[in-house]
Amino acid sequence: MWRATLEFWSLSDPNVRWVLFGSMLLTATAGVIGCFTVLRKRALAGDALAHAALPGVTTGFMLTGSRAPHVVLLGAWMSCLLGYVALELLTRHPRIREDSALAIVLSSFFSVGILQLTILQHSGGAHAGLDKVLFGQAASLVGDDVRVLSLLALCALAIVLLLFHRLKAVSFDRAFCAAAGISLWRYDLVLALITVAAVVVGLQLVGVVLMAAMLITPAAAARYWTDRLQYMLLLAALFGALSGAAGAYVSYLAPAMPTGPWIVVTVSVLFAASMLAAPRRGVVARMARNQAFVRRTQRENVLRALYRGGERSDGSGYCATPVPASNLLTWCALSARQLERALEELQRLELIEEHANGLALSARGAREAAQLTRRHRLWELYLAERINMPPDHVHDQADTVEHVVTGELEERLRRELDAPTTDPHGSSIPKKEQP
Amino acid sequence: MSESAWILVVAALVSTSCALCGVFLVLRRLAMLGDAISHTVLFGIVVTFLATGSRAAIPMLIGATLVGLLTAFLTTLLTRQGRLQEDASIGVVFTWLFASAVILVSLFADHVELDQECVLYGELALVPFDVLTIGGTSWGPRAFWMLLPVTLLNLVFVALTWRRLSLVAFDPTLASLLGVQVALWHYQLMGLVSLTIVASFESVGAILVVALLVLPAASAYLFARSVPQMLLLAVLFGLVATLAGYWFATVIDGSIAAAIATAGTVLFLLAFGASLVRHRSARRSAQRLLGEHPAVSG
Repeated sequence: MWRATLEFWSLSDPNVRWVLFGSMLLTATAGVIGCFTVLRKRALAGDALAHAALPGVTTGFMLTGSRAPHVVLLGAWMSCLLGYVALELLTRHPRIREDSALAIVLSSFFSVGILQLTILQHSGGAHAGLDKVLFGQAASLVGDDVRVLSLLALCALAIVLLLFHRLKAVSFDRAFCAAAGISLWRYDLVLALITVAAVVVGLQLVGVVLMAAMLITPAAAARYWTDRLQYMLLLAALFGALSGAAGAYVSYLAPAMPTGPWIVVTVSVLFAASMLAAPRRGVVARMARNQAFVRRTQRENVLRALYRGGERSDGSGYCATPVPASNLLTWCALSARQLERALEELQRLELIEEHANGLALSARGAREAAQLTRRHRLWELYLAERINMPPDHVHDQADTVEHVVTGELEERLRRELDAPTTDPHGSSIPKKEQP
Repeated sequence: MSESAWILVVAALVSTSCALCGVFLVLRRLAMLGDAISHTVLFGIVVTFLATGSRAAIPMLIGATLVGLLTAFLTTLLTRQGRLQEDASIGVVFTWLFASAVILVSLFADHVELDQECVLYGELALVPFDVLTIGGTSWGPRAFWMLLPVTLLNLVFVALTWRRLSLVAFDPTLASLLGVQVALWHYQLMGLVSLTIVASFESVGAILVVALLVLPAASAYLFARSVPQMLLLAVLFGLVATLAGYWFATVIDGSIAAAIATAGTVLFLLAFGASLVRHRSARRSAQRLLGEHPAVSG
């Protein structure tokens, strides 16, 4: 196996070079074009169109008796386009929704194709190789096939490059396009044509059933990493090409293996990794962000509880009266473990100090707590005065908002309320310290 | 019974149970999830087979139904937690599970008697030869005994719960306001769909299952004015497709399953054409009533 691995990756065999180059180009093309179908919220159209290609392939064979690449391609192309037209027509009917239309096109075209395939089988005709279309086989891609398919793939990529800005506009903002006089149906047609091209070239590699993955999965994975279409296209092409290379490699090691499933599993792994690990949009990053926010909220609640505990009754601010930690447990509605962690973090940030008979705010902690309290009470006052909320309802609202009020909003609230000094419950609003 | 009678009975059971749950798939806009599950049950079948080493029906049904539910669950998970749009998450999940299943089949090809072609388009013609024998007496095809309880379950479930299912389908917000557990009903329906698909799978293959789930229900939806009417029409369309398809298959000597699906397609096209004609004449009479007012269109 190691020898075979070395042989494959040294690319000394020209046949290997063809297969590897071909699979990478085809999967990368599907990845790029898939971005547009996914963004247009038409992800599964690729699935339906891939199934719709089958009757074209079989009809082509029945009529001409050959499975030369151009016959297969032409047949697949024609019936894919027919499938696309059927999809458009069906979704116009008020009683047929998009999902039904997709499933109808998919199952009806495919069953006709299968019917033809079984008729060919029963009549004992030399249909050998047609069923490769179902599951795909990279090893069967030889010279001629690769040349024709690559040409088609390159044409599709060139169209994407040339019309990039138009296609982008059509994918993201159809109302803008209509207003700007960009003909929607023309670019929809272009997108349909290149999608069909991607499906047709991908079929021989991954097969009918799994073609959907080549269009959807790289695009979905790329979407986690970036908000910019050009990077998304590049990443999707990269993910596609990597899985294509994996497929070609497996096909070299075990020529009897169907290649499609290996390509799809590779790209699925890339997808799972992207979904989990991507910065910002990834699941782990998002969970970490949420967790960080929850902890900050808990810390700030503790700060405010300490502030209230040490607030002078005449409203002139905070005097560092220590509060026993057990009081905090009831005031802050935190579990013992949450409180312990919050206190640890606050101590590390030097916002609180430990005294003999309890905890108190440090000078910096007192400043932060005063700011939170000010925002809390300003918001309470605003709700009570401007929105006429009953004073006993405003506290819970303010409790959630105090953590997200910004300095600018605070200043506007203060001006809007004419620099107030007391909140609806009669507590004084801490003044802003002059730096 | 003769062979062809058994084939027809089995096909009729498949089309009846598929039509019943297909109606709710179409109403809930989940037709493509049904398609996804029809592919992923293969994963359940392969894994159950590798785990238990037998082709016993009950473990297969359980394993594959669980994988069907897993498909629905993973799709929801990717949509909610992964913030992926719904159609893309269906596409990612089903291709991944199906690809894994095909790899497992090809890795353990010596142990698994699963034919890839059989998976996709089944072989109804072989149904009468796989006979259930208990104590030396033959009780008829295994497929029949698998499908009969599933069909009965479908009938009972739909008869008892169609009001709930329609409420959840037409107005999930109202349903949850009324205290109906929408998620629970979603997974119940998905469980039923998975069970139906698995039971039908071996005799008719993945593609006919999708065709029989969607085509009769979609055809019925074009005409039905109420949910019971739609259920009835869908079953009727399914049965007519079965008969016509069987006849067609014997004439042209092709796969019976594919011929039934093709007949379903033809029926759908007829229904589609008829509904277009009806719409047009309805529009025309509306225009006549309103004195050819140009604003009335569509």
